[in-house]
Parts: sequence; structure tokens; C-alpha cells
Amino acid sequence: MPYPTDFKYTKEHEWIKADGKNATVGITNYAQESLGDIVFVELPKVGSEIVAGKTFGSVESVKAVSDLYAPASGVVTEVNGELATAPEKINKDAHSAWLIKITLKNPSELNSLLSAQDYEKFVSEEAGN
Amino acid sequence: MPAVQATTPIIRKTALYNTHRQMGAKMVEFNGWEMPVEYPSVGGIIAEHNAVRTSVGIFDVSHMGDIRLAGPEALAAVQHISMNDASRLAVGQAQYSALLYPQGTFVDDVIVHRLGQDEYLLVINAGTREKDFSWVRDHTRDFDCEVENFSDDFTQIAIQGPKGVDLLQKLTDADLSAVKFYRVTRGRVCGLKNTLIARTGYTGEDGFEIYIPADENTSAMVWNQVLQAGREFGVVPCGLGARNTLRLEAKLALYGHEISDTINVWEAGLDRFCKMEKPDFIGRHALEKAKSTGVGRTLVGLEMIERGIARDGYKVLDEEGAEIGYVTSGSYAPFLKKNIALAYVPPQFANDRTILKVQIRSQAVKAQVVPTPFYNRPKKV
Repeated sequence: MPYPTDFKYTKEHEWIKADGKNATVGITNYAQESLGDIVFVELPKVGSEIVAGKTFGSVESVKAVSDLYAPASGVVTEVNGELATAPEKINKDAHSAWLIKITLKNPSELNSLLSAQDYEKFVSEEAGN
Repeated sequence: MPAVQATTPIIRKTALYNTHRQMGAKMVEFNGWEMPVEYPSVGGIIAEHNAVRTSVGIFDVSHMGDIRLAGPEALAAVQHISMNDASRLAVGQAQYSALLYPQGTFVDDVIVHRLGQDEYLLVINAGTREKDFSWVRDHTRDFDCEVENFSDDFTQIAIQGPKGVDLLQKLTDADLSAVKFYRVTRGRVCGLKNTLIARTGYTGEDGFEIYIPADENTSAMVWNQVLQAGREFGVVPCGLGARNTLRLEAKLALYGHEISDTINVWEAGLDRFCKMEKPDFIGRHALEKAKSTGVGRTLVGLEMIERGIARDGYKVLDEEGAEIGYVTSGSYAPFLKKNIALAYVPPQFANDRTILKVQIRSQAVKAQVVPTPFYNRPKKV
């Protein structure tokens, strides 16, 4: 599955897509592949603040619990409620099954994240180990 | 110059390792073994789990160990080291049992097969292989019987699920309809003469475990023939992930979780496999004492009421939030489609429908005690 070039990526396997101050956050296809069947997603409430590099929720597969790390700081404006009853949507298409939408505190934070090309290189090295 | 001794722990591989890799299995380290955890190509843990519940799945369980006891006093030796009553076994019959420490806690749980008049096979866990063999050898020295470690001699393949019998029957001349649950026989399987076939498993379903020579070519040949023969039933290869969720739904104990060297038989609720009326056995004395004292904790099944998955080691709280116990195993249950767990709690909290909480990271999430096993396989009509 190709990594969209208009997304930015973290080394913790989240993606973020920004449009001005508004951004959408999800986990990458590599993340869903390594997790396997996703059965539970815990997300922050609308209005709560998330901080770049800090955890903002968790995603669980049958086997494992994995923390979610905020790719950028901001305030949660929307939560993907569908995932509460259908978390498997992330397995089906991780790049469209978003987790939260946020208003960015500082859009320039995204400059330090990985491009699609850099992320792809990063995961191919991680998978090769 | 003396040879350099390896000091790093060696990760072991079964004879089917390359076969698993070729099938795209995700591999993990488990108790010193590199084993498939799931096969994404067949759909992963949930698909594997449900194939076993509704049709058939196969597992490489070669990491399990095997100890053979044979000789005039083999029965007396088995009786001395295990808690179930092996004198009740007919030739070709098996029973669930356990090896106990003098304190009545677990060395390991085992399946005891009676293969011949004076011949028994103990099937033991991967993580406790060396410990178990030393234990059995050391505590049977006074008996006239041989103790052999056959752990590396077999590739063990489990064929599990309601269609397991139809699948295996295509590959063997043994009449499987004559082999009842927890019975063992020998027959030709995939052309291999005198293969041990046991109607046992660790999934809560009907099924078989076959024991074949542990060389790579033979193992791969049988594995592939089983998959081929099972195609009409939609057979899938299954990894340790599905093995764990299947055994959890069926409330089958896992060493290091529900049973261990600090948990005794009564706490684990395995009373019906412990025969206090049989001749003396290691652990009996302590268990007799423990019985009169009563247990301080007991194993219960939990079903989550609020959103969240209880995981191994999470704390269990009473309704007011006081810590009362801990989770031994917990997961999403793929067939029941619920979040379930096993936990140790004081007996006063063990009644069905008692409301408890599980500390899941920062939240105390509501759960209730439910009857176990969570899953019972449908009775045959």
C-alpha cells in the first residue's frame, strides 16, 4: 500500500495530514500490519489537548496494546466514532480510517516529521531487522 | 585452544520453521522457541481462531516436550509424580494431570498417555521442558522404570476443530471413529507407519495431535499433505495467537499464568483432576492441609461490561476500587466477540454476576464474574 505523499509520518507509525491549521491523524499501514487484527481503540475526547510526542490514546490488537503518540500539538475537534464498533476498519485501510481531527497549535511542528519517502525507508529498515 | 562456549540463550526452531516462513507467518519468540504467532496470508488470528471453532485449523506444536516412562514400575512412578490417577487409564487412554511440588503448587500441567501395559508418555510444556525432565528423572529414581526425554524426536502437529476428524481420516488407515476423546492409537499417517495419533488438544474443540519424526523433510511433507487434504474443509494454518485465544475461551490453563510454582491445585480450580484418594503423591500432604484451611483466592472468569480489554497482570478491584486480585490472561475473544479474562480473586468475589473492576492503565473498567468455561463446544447429536 503506497504512503500518501501529502501525509507526514512519525517513527511511532502515526500519519498526519494538515490543511492549514486543521489536521487529521491516523496510524500507518505498517502499524496495522504489525499489530494484526485491531479489536479496540481508545481515543481522547473532543476538546482535549494533545501534545507532540506524548501519548493520546491506544490501539489494541488481539495480541498487543500499543500507545498512540501525537505527531503534533493541538486540540481535538473530532473523534472517529465508527472505530468504537468497527476498529477493523483500520486493518482494511489505515490511511483512510482516521482516528482524530485536531486544530494545530503550531503547524510548523510538522516540518520535523518524516516525508512519505523517508518513512517508507524507515519502515523497510525496521522490517529488515 | 578450548572451544568457545556460547553464553547467549539459543532460540530454538522447530523442523517446520522454514515451512512457516515460506507461508508468510509472523514469527515470535515464545519460551525460547521461534514460533509462528499468526499467518496474515490466511487472515490472521481472528480468522484462524474461527476456522478452528467452525471447521478445522492446524498448529505446529513441536515445541511441546515428551517424556517416556517404561518398565515394571512405570505406573507406580507416574502415580508418585502426578496428581491424577493413572491407574484408571486403559492402554490407549490419556488424562489431564499435573506434576506438583511438595507445596501442592505446579511444576507443570501434563497429559499422561498410557501407550502400553507398562509404558507412559507425558506431554509437557515448551517453557518447562528441561525443568520437567530433571524433576521426573530425579523423583522416579527409586522406581524400576526408564525415563527418556523424547522432546526432540517428534514434530507434533495439532489438527483441531469439528472437521479435524474428517480431515485426518483421509490421511490414515486408523479408524478414527473408534478413537474417543482423550484416547490414543497408532496407525499409518501420510505413509508413515505406526504414527502416534491422540485425540487431544488445547483449543476446546474436538481434534487430534499426531507425532511424526522430527526431520525437516518428513515434517514439511506431512504438514503440506494435511493442508492439502483439508482444502475441502477450508483448513488454515494457525499460530500461537489463535492457540492462546482458543484455550482462553475454553478456560484451559497456561503455565506461568493460571498455574505456576506459587499457585496450588485448589486455587486453580483443578480439583477434579487431583485424586486425593489414590496412593501418596508429591504435593498430596500440603494439599490436604490446604484443603482444611481453605483457599484465599480462586480463579474466576470475567467478562468486561464497559469498554476495555483486561490483559495479563492488570489489577482487579472491587466495586469500591480496592485492589483484590489480578488478571492471569485476558483478550478479545474472537468467537464469542467479547472481552474476557481469567483472574485470581478472594472467594467472596467469585459468585456469578459479581461486579468487579479491572485497572486498565488509568481507568477502572467495569467487569462481571461469569460462569466458565466461556465457551463449550456443541454436543454432538
